[in-house]
Amino acid sequence: MILVRAIAVAALLASPLRAGEIPQEARRSGTTFMGPDTRAMQDDDTANPGMLFVLDGEALWNKKAGSADKACADCHGDARDSMKGVAARYPVFDKTLNRPVTIEQRINLERTQHQQATAFPYESRDLLALTAFVANQSRGVAITAGDDPEAKPFVEQGRALFMQREGQLNLACANCHDENFDKHLAGSPVTQAQPTGYPEYRLEWQTLGSLERRLRSCMAGVRAQAYDYGAPELVALELYLMSRARGMKIETPAVRP
Amino acid sequence: MAALINVPPKAKRGDIIEIKTLMSHIMETGFRRTAAGDLVPRDIITSFTCRYNGSEIFRADLFPAISANPYLSFFTIAKDSGKFEFEWIGDNGFSATASASITVE
Repeated sequence: MILVRAIAVAALLASPLRAGEIPQEARRSGTTFMGPDTRAMQDDDTANPGMLFVLDGEALWNKKAGSADKACADCHGDARDSMKGVAARYPVFDKTLNRPVTIEQRINLERTQHQQATAFPYESRDLLALTAFVANQSRGVAITAGDDPEAKPFVEQGRALFMQREGQLNLACANCHDENFDKHLAGSPVTQAQPTGYPEYRLEWQTLGSLERRLRSCMAGVRAQAYDYGAPELVALELYLMSRARGMKIETPAVRP
Repeated sequence: MAALINVPPKAKRGDIIEIKTLMSHIMETGFRRTAAGDLVPRDIITSFTCRYNGSEIFRADLFPAISANPYLSFFTIAKDSGKFEFEWIGDNGFSATASASITVE
C-alpha cells in the first residue's frame, strides 16, 4: 500500500508541465473562486477595506513632498485621466534603467528624481496606498502588460521562474496554478494566480499587500528562500503573471480571503 | 484617518434604513510579539457611537478580537431629515469623527 502511494506521488511529481498556458476564454479571476460574502465585500466600495487605502492614496497624490515641494498632481493633474489604464500596462520596460519596473518602483523613482524626496519602503502603508490609488484608476481596463518587444526577454525570464521547481517541496508555481487550479489546498481553492487586483486586501493579512508579498508567501509555502522585495526575479515573475493575465480586467483593490 | 460611510441619501418617513461604516484602524490586539519577543502594545478602537440629529441611536464597545479596519452596520428608522454623526474612540488618544446627511420625505 505504502509502495503504491509512493509510486503515485512519484508519478505526480514527475508529470511533465502542461505545454501552453491557460487559454484566454478559460482565464478566471480569483474573484470567481470566492464565496458570495467576500465577493459582496469587494463589490461594495463602502464595504471594501481596500478603498480606505485608495482614499489615503488620493490624499498623498495631492500632497506636496520632498525638497522640490511638488505633489504628484502638480505634474500629472487629475489621476482619473492621467492614470487611467496605467496599471494595465505595468510592469513596463524602462529604457534608462534597461529593465522592467513595477508601479511601486515607478512611484519611488518619481519621488527620488522629481520630488527630491526619500523613497517609500516596500510594503509601507504610504507606498501601498499610492499604488492602490493609481491602480484603482484602471479598474475595468483590460491588461496589456508585456506587449513591448523590449520587455519580452524579461517575460521569458519570469515564465522560466514560474515553471521552475524550487524549495524543499520541489514545486513550481505552474504545478498548482496551471495544472491544479480547479482543486483545493487545505480547504482553500488553489486559483489560477491571475494578478488582477493588486495591491489587494487579504483578510488573512488584515491589510493591503503587494503582488511581491503574495509571491514571497507562496515561496515560503513551498519552503523556498524568497527573493527580496524589488529583486529582478520578482519583477520578472510579476511581468510574466501580468502578461499571462492578458485581456483580463483590473479589479484593484481586490478583496481576497 | 480615512472612514467610509454608507447612509442612503433619501428615505421615506418610517422606512427602515441600513447604515454601514468602515473605519481605518490597525486593531493591534496586544497579544502579539515581535521577532525579539517584545509584546506589541494594544492599539484598538474601544468605542463607537452614532447620533441621529443629536440623539444617540447606536453604540458599540470594541475588543481585541475584532479585525483591522472594523466594519459596522446597523439599522434605524428614518424619522426626520438631518445628520448622522459618527465617532470612534480608541487607545493612545485615538479619536475620529464623520458625518452623513439624509433627506426624509
